[in-house]
Amino acid sequence: MTQLLQQIINGLSLGSIYALIALGYTMVYGILKLINFAHGEVFMVGAYTGYYSAGALGISAYEAQHRDFPVYLGLIVLVTAMATAALLGVLIELLAYRPVRNAPRLTPLITAIGVSLFLQNAGMLLFSPNPQRYPAILSEVRFEFFGVIVTNIKLTIFVVALCLMLGLHLFVQKTWTGRAMRALSFNIDAAKLMGIDTDNVIRSTFAVGSALAAAGGILFGLDQITINPLMGVLTGLKAFVAAVLGGIGSIPGAVVGGLLIGLAEQLTAGYLSAEYRDAITFVILILILLLKPEGLLGVVRVEKV
Amino acid sequence: MSGPALELSSLRVSYGGIAAVKDVSLSVQRGEIVSLIGANGAGKSSVLKAIVQLVPHAAGSVRVLGKDVRGLASHRVVELGVALVPEGRAIFGNLSVRENLLLGAFLNRDAAAIERNRARSVQLFPRLGERMDQNAGTLSGGEQQMLAIARALMADPKLILLDEPSLGLAPNLVTQIFESIVEIAQSGITILLVEQNTRLALQVAQRAYVLVTGEVALSGESAELRDDPRIREAYLGEAIEA
Ligand SMILES: Nc1ncnc2c1ncn2[C@@H]1O[C@H](COP(=O)(O)OP(=O)(O)OP(=O)(O)O)[C@@H](O)[C@H]1O
Ligand SMILES: [Mg+2]
Repeated sequence: MTQLLQQIINGLSLGSIYALIALGYTMVYGILKLINFAHGEVFMVGAYTGYYSAGALGISAYEAQHRDFPVYLGLIVLVTAMATAALLGVLIELLAYRPVRNAPRLTPLITAIGVSLFLQNAGMLLFSPNPQRYPAILSEVRFEFFGVIVTNIKLTIFVVALCLMLGLHLFVQKTWTGRAMRALSFNIDAAKLMGIDTDNVIRSTFAVGSALAAAGGILFGLDQITINPLMGVLTGLKAFVAAVLGGIGSIPGAVVGGLLIGLAEQLTAGYLSAEYRDAITFVILILILLLKPEGLLGVVRVEKV
Repeated sequence: MSGPALELSSLRVSYGGIAAVKDVSLSVQRGEIVSLIGANGAGKSSVLKAIVQLVPHAAGSVRVLGKDVRGLASHRVVELGVALVPEGRAIFGNLSVRENLLLGAFLNRDAAAIERNRARSVQLFPRLGERMDQNAGTLSGGEQQMLAIARALMADPKLILLDEPSLGLAPNLVTQIFESIVEIAQSGITILLVEQNTRLALQVAQRAYVLVTGEVALSGESAELRDDPRIREAYLGEAIEA
C-alpha cells in the first residue's frame, strides 16, 4: 500500500512534466495539424537555459556554502528559460514551418524532423555531449507520511506544473488571443473572416507551448539530476504519446494523457521492472491507436452542412 | 467617404491555372442590396472569397470601401469594414453561441459595442437569445445561419457579403432570414447577396448581376431582370409560351 502510494506520487510528479510538454504538441497540432518534432528539443534548450542562467546567478557559490538558492532567483531562472524557449519556438515557426505551411503535409513533417536533428546537434556542439549535473535550484527536503516519502522537489514540480496549466486554461478561455486560438483550431479561414491575424496567433501558440516545455525542462532537471542534449528525444516522444493518448488537439487531453503516462511509467518501474518503464509508453501508444485513435478526450468532428 | 462600397473591375480568379472567375466587373453603391445570381459552379463564391482575399485574384482589381485590397491579408480587408458570411456558415462548432458572437467582435471589442450588437442579434433572431450558452455545433442549420449573420454584425461592418444564406433551409426559415436581410439593409449596411434562389434574390435586391461560367452575362434593375425571358426560363423555372 505504501509502495503503491509512493509510485503514484512519483508518477504524478513525472506525469505533470510530460503534461507540460504535451500541451505544446497538442496546441500546435490543433491549429496547424503539424507534429512539431522539434518540440522535444525546445524542452532540452529550456533545461539548458535554466542550467546556464542559474550558473550566471551564482548558484555554485550557494552550493559550495550549502546555502539554499533563493526562491526569487529560482523564479528568475524559470522565467528566463521560458522566455528564451518562447523566442526559439517563434523562430522555428518563422524560419522552418511558415515557408512550408501550404506545402503538402509530408513537407512540414520532414522539416520538423530536420529542425529536431539540427537542434540536437547544435546542443551537443554548444553544451557538450556529456551529461551535466543539474544545479540545486531547490535543495531537497524529505517529508515522511506513514512510510511514504515526499520530497519538496516532487511537490514543487507538481505545484508549478499545476499553476502553469491553470494559467494556460485562463489564457485560452478568457483572453482574446486564447479565444482566437480556439477559433483557429476549428476553422482557420473562418478565423480570418473575424479579422484575426492568424499568423500572429500561430506565433503566440508556438511561444506559449515552447515556454511550457521550458518549464518542463527545468522541472525535469530538478527531478532527474542530470541533463544532456539528447534528453528531448525520449521525453519528447513520451509527451507526444501523452498528447495522442489524451486526444491530440485537446488541451485537457494533454494534461490527462501526461499524468497517465507518468503514472504508467512509475507503476511499471515499481511493479514489473525498471527496464520496462520506457517501453510501457509505446505499448500504450499501440493500444490507443488500435482501440481509440481519437484519444481519451479527443472528439470526432462532425460538421453540419 | 463617398464612392461605391464595392467595385470589381475585370476580376479574374484562378485555381491552379484554371479560371473560375474570368471577367467580372460589378459595383455596389452604399446602402444598396445587390444580388449576384448564377448556377452551381458559376464562380459566385470565388468572387466573394477574392473580395476578402481568402483567394488572391489573378487579374483585375477589387476596391472595398474605396481601398484597393490587392495583396492585403484577409484580416486587413476585414478591418476596412467588410464581413463575409460564407457558404456553409463556418460557425465555430467547438464554441458556444456567445463565444461565436464574441469572435465576431474581435475587431470591435468595446464593451458597449458588444452589448449593443448582442442585443441587436437577439432582436433580429430571438432564437439565438435562448441559446447563448449552447454549443454552436449543435444548432440547427437555420440557427447556424442566423448565428453566422449575427456574428458578422458584431463587427459593425459597412458592407456584408452573404453567400447563399437560404441554402438547405426550410421555406419559412428562408423567409425569416430574408426579412432580416432587408432589416439589416434598412439600418444602412450595404449588402452583396449571392443566391441561387433567384426569385427571392430579385425580390430583396435593387439590382442584380447574373454570373455564367465566370462572366457577367446579364445585369440590371431587379424589376427588369424579373421580366427578362432569359431569366424567367433559366432561373425562375417559368415556361415561356411562344
Ligand atoms: N479551392 C478550389 N480549388 C480548385 N477549384 C476550385 C476551388 N474552389 C472553387 N473551384 C472551382 O471554381 C469554380 C467556381 O466555384 P465557386 O465555388 O466559386 O462556384 P459557385 O458559383 O459558388 O457555386 P455554388 O453555387 O455551387 O456554390 C468551380 O468549377 C469549382 O470547382
Ligand atoms: Mg458557392
